[in-house]
This record gives sequence, C-alpha cells and structure tokens, in this order.
Amino acid sequence: MVKEIERAGLPVVHMCTVVPISLTVGANRIVPTVAIPHPLGNPALNPEDEKALRRKLVEKALRALQTEVEDQTVFED
Amino acid sequence: MGKFRVVHYINQFFAGIGGEEKADIKPEVRETVIGPGMALNAGFKGEAEIVATVICGDSYFNENIEEAKAEVLEMVKKYNPDLFIAGPAFNAGRYGVACGTITDAVQKELGIPALTAMYEENPGVDMFKKSIYIVATKNSAAGMRDAVSKMVPLALKLAKGEEIGSPEEENYIARGIRKNFFTDKRGSERAVEMLIKKLKGEEFITEYPMPDFDRVKPNPAVKDISKATIALVTSGGIVPKGNPDHIESSSASKYGKYDIEGFDNLTSEDHQTAHGGYDPVYANEDPDRVLPVDILREMEKEGKIGKLHRYYYATVGNGTAVKSAKAFAEKIGKELKEAGVDAVILTST
Repeated sequence: MVKEIERAGLPVVHMCTVVPISLTVGANRIVPTVAIPHPLGNPALNPEDEKALRRKLVEKALRALQTEVEDQTVFED
Repeated sequence: MGKFRVVHYINQFFAGIGGEEKADIKPEVRETVIGPGMALNAGFKGEAEIVATVICGDSYFNENIEEAKAEVLEMVKKYNPDLFIAGPAFNAGRYGVACGTITDAVQKELGIPALTAMYEENPGVDMFKKSIYIVATKNSAAGMRDAVSKMVPLALKLAKGEEIGSPEEENYIARGIRKNFFTDKRGSERAVEMLIKKLKGEEFITEYPMPDFDRVKPNPAVKDISKATIALVTSGGIVPKGNPDHIESSSASKYGKYDIEGFDNLTSEDHQTAHGGYDPVYANEDPDRVLPVDILREMEKEGKIGKLHRYYYATVGNGTAVKSAKAFAEKIGKELKEAGVDAVILTST
C-alpha cells in the first residue's frame, strides 16, 4: 500500500513494528514502532507517559516526511 | 543407518497454545511431535523423526527478531539435528517471517540442512527465497496435506545431501539460481521456437526470467510541514464502532474512508479494530494506539502541522492479497492527491 501511495506522488512514512517487512514491501521512509498490537502506544505505561511516547513517534514520522531521502531509510532516533 | 533427527519449528497457534492473545510467548522447546509435525513425521515413513519441537509466539519473534533468533538457534543446536523444518506458515505474515528468519539462520550459522514452506505472497518469501528452500503452499491451513506431501520428499533429499532439482520438479519457490545443463536443442533453435510461439500469441516459458524490481522512488520531502495537510492511512483495521462497511477480519476485499471531523481523539466508544491478525484488546481500548488522531489533532491546534485531512482510510492487512492491497492504495493515493493532501502517515500492525 505504501508503495502505491508513493507512486501516486505523495511522500509517505510507514510506521510499523516489523521493519524487515516494511523494507520488503518497498517503503522509503520507515519509522519503527512499539509492538504489533499497539504500534503507537504502550498499555504498560500510565496514560500521560503513553501519550508522550506516541507524540515522540509522530514527531519522528513528521521529521521523516521533512527529510529528503534517496533510498529506503529507517529513522531510528 | 539410523533415522535422520529433525527439529521442527511452529508458532503458538499450531502448537495449540492459543491465538493472538498468546502471540507474545517466548521460545520454548518440547521433546514431542506437535500439530503439523505429526503429519510430517507420518510422511517420513521411518526415514526421519522429529526429536524436538520449538514453539514461539509470532509477535514475540517479530518484535524481537535478534533475541528470538538467538534463543531458537540455541535450542536447535542442543539437539544437533540432521535436518530443520519450520512451518508451514501458509499466508500468515509474521509466522512466515519467523520461519524464514530461523530457517536461514539454522542453515547459515549451524550448517544444518533446513527448509520451510509458505504461500507465495507471504512476506517471508521475498525476504528469504534467495537463501533458503521454501516449499510453495496454498494460502491457508486447509492446504496442510498438500504442503506436507511436498515438504517431505524435499526434506529427505536435503537430509541425504542429494542433488536438488528445479523449482518445478521439487515444488519450492524459485531462488534465482542458474544451473548449467545439457539439452538436445541448441540455444538459437530454442530462441527461434520461443519467438515463433510469442508471435503466434502462444504460451512459452522463458529460460531466463527478468527479476522484478518494483521499487518506487521516494517523493521529495515536505518543505513546510506547518502548512501541510497530513492524511492518515492504516492497514491496522481501525474503523468506526460496529464496522459499518463490514471490512473482513482477514483477506480483506475492501477498504473504508472515514470522516474524523470533530474527533479530538479516537476512543472505545466510537472506534474499534476490525483486524483479526493481532490481539485486538489494546486497539479496542484506545484506537489512537494504531491511528494517532489525538496527537495529530493537537499538532494541528498548535500549528505544528497545517491540517489533519478530514478523512482517513483503513483496511485490514491480514492475509490480504497483494493485488487487492495494491488496488486499494492506488485509489486511495489518487483521491488523497486530488484532495490536496501533501503527505501521508501509514500505520501497520
């Protein structure tokens, strides 16, 4: 899906937990996430900390969208 | 000569431990034959025997690939088997990735002949088909008998160190290896025959398929994110409560387009997941854990982004055919472009 949206001419960031799959399907901007059933959250944290974690991940995704890339890039930290 | 000793790898589901709620279990080993191992063992007809079964939860493996790989390798090594078999994984994505990863590792790091089996669209195929033997299976466990009947002969050949024939002969997925052999017709003759068939519009089989490198070049970065409209798309199955479009929990045949105007965040009151391939508890409790509407709405108010697009798009990426996903995303991409969206965040579970 990520590849077809990119093909339509939109920069797209893929937020997912299993990075090797994202690389295989051809995503160009990749932000690794927390866990498969809760990529952008962590039920073990209290609500404030969980939201802060989500905010950090979304900020990272926005940074990825503002970064020029030539090739598949994983935005670690 | 004694029986070949086999170690078999399966996930929590085929071990009968549990479904998605048990997908986070760590690797464990049992000195018994379990689930699909029974059919494999029967197929070996005494030539080989499963001496141990390693079980690991699919989510645990995929969320901790390096650790899981090391742990499973240690377990396999302890039994010093003549052969290692993983799966079959059919079209289960995480299971396929686990099977491919561990089969590759056993072969490379322990030097033990190894094979796995899965459906051709499983992401594990593209990741590992070049380095390991992957028997082609049907897309669901209904194809178990067929899978086992293809895995057994190839497994025994590998254990015996016999020469492995072509992918068509041995039922594995082509690895892109070229082999020289003698044939009664020379190349020019075969080429002309192929050309004539092609001109007549008849079927012909190429002797050298071109590799399929379908990659899309990255689009330029967003210049000013504070003015950009950002859209959300997910394969994690987040839908309005009640799943009004009846998006299937697996092998989805459609996607949904949903209005989030007026939503400051998604809650268990108004949204849920339709995805049947992961434990839904956390996403149902707070759908923002999959689709971060809350954060993007805050950023919109703070002026960090221009706008959160009024609609989000969702489907269920669970055994969904690549062809369907491609068709959905073609339409979604076109619509988003026409709607003046500048960039997309796509989340996956």
